[in-house]
Amino acid sequence: MSHVHEASGSAANRVKTLVGALEDAHVLTERELDASIEAFLSRAQPANGGRIVARAWVDPEFRRRLLADGNAAVAELGIDLAHWAPVKLRVVANEPGRHNLIVCTLCSCYPLALLGPSPAWYKSNAYRSRAVRDPRGVLAEFGTQLGDDVEITVWDSTAEVRYLVLPQRPAGTKRATEDALAALVTRNGLIGTALV
Amino acid sequence: MSRIHDMGGLHGFGPLEIESDEPAFHHEWEARVFAINRFLLRAGWYTLDEFRDALEQMPPAEYLEASYYERWLFALESLIRRKGVLDVPGR
Repeated sequence: MSHVHEASGSAANRVKTLVGALEDAHVLTERELDASIEAFLSRAQPANGGRIVARAWVDPEFRRRLLADGNAAVAELGIDLAHWAPVKLRVVANEPGRHNLIVCTLCSCYPLALLGPSPAWYKSNAYRSRAVRDPRGVLAEFGTQLGDDVEITVWDSTAEVRYLVLPQRPAGTKRATEDALAALVTRNGLIGTALV
Repeated sequence: MSRIHDMGGLHGFGPLEIESDEPAFHHEWEARVFAINRFLLRAGWYTLDEFRDALEQMPPAEYLEASYYERWLFALESLIRRKGVLDVPGR
C-alpha cells in the first residue's frame, strides 16, 4: 500500500502506479480491466434508449407500463439496466406543453446502460449548476427553443433513481416502422436537451 | 450544510462546453480509472454509495480544480486505502 501516493504526480502516472499495485496484490489484471471496459462500451448504447422509446410510440400498452414501472418494462425488451449497481428507472414523458430535462446536480448519475457513456457536458460544473436554475438558457445553448407556454420539469438524478425522457413522437411518422422510429431517437432527446 | 458537490443552482460556472465529437474518455488513464472502479464495485470491494461519498470527501478547492476523472481517481485511491484492497491476498 505504501506505493499509492495520493495526489502526487500526474494523473496518468498515478493510475499506472495504481494498476501496478492492484496487479501485485492479485486484485485484478490489466487484461481484466480492458475486458471490463470493452464489455461496458459494447452493451451501453443509446440505441437501447431508442428501442425503448420506439416501442412506447407504437404500443400504448407498453408506454403505460413503461411510465408506471420503468425497470419492468425495460426488462421486457431484454435490456439489462444494472451496470454496476441496481437502479430504479423512472421514465418521464414529454407532452404538448410539457418538457422534461434530466440532470445530476450532485455528480453524474445517468442511465449509462440505456444511453452509453455520458458526454463531458453532462458531468460539467456548468450543466450541474445551471440546469435547475436556468433550464431555458441551458436548452438554448443546445439550440433547443421551447415556447413560453411549455412547462419544463427538471429531474435531478440520484445514485438510486435514474431518469429517461420519453420524447414526443415526431409528426409525419405514422407509417414508419419501429426500427425506423428507433433510429430517429437521439441521445440528447433522451436527456431532454433536444427534441426528437 | 451542503458540500461543494451540491452544485444545483450555483452561479458563475459559465456557458456549457459542448464538444462536437464527445469522446467517452479524453485520455487513456480516464478509461483505466473507469474500468478499475467498475471492476472493484462489481467485485464488491465497496458500494456505489461509498464511492459517491468518497468523491464528496474531496476538499472543496481541490474538487473545483479537478477534472471529472481526477475526482474519480481521488475517490479510488482513498477507497483502496480505506478498504485495504491492497492488503488482502486476492484469489
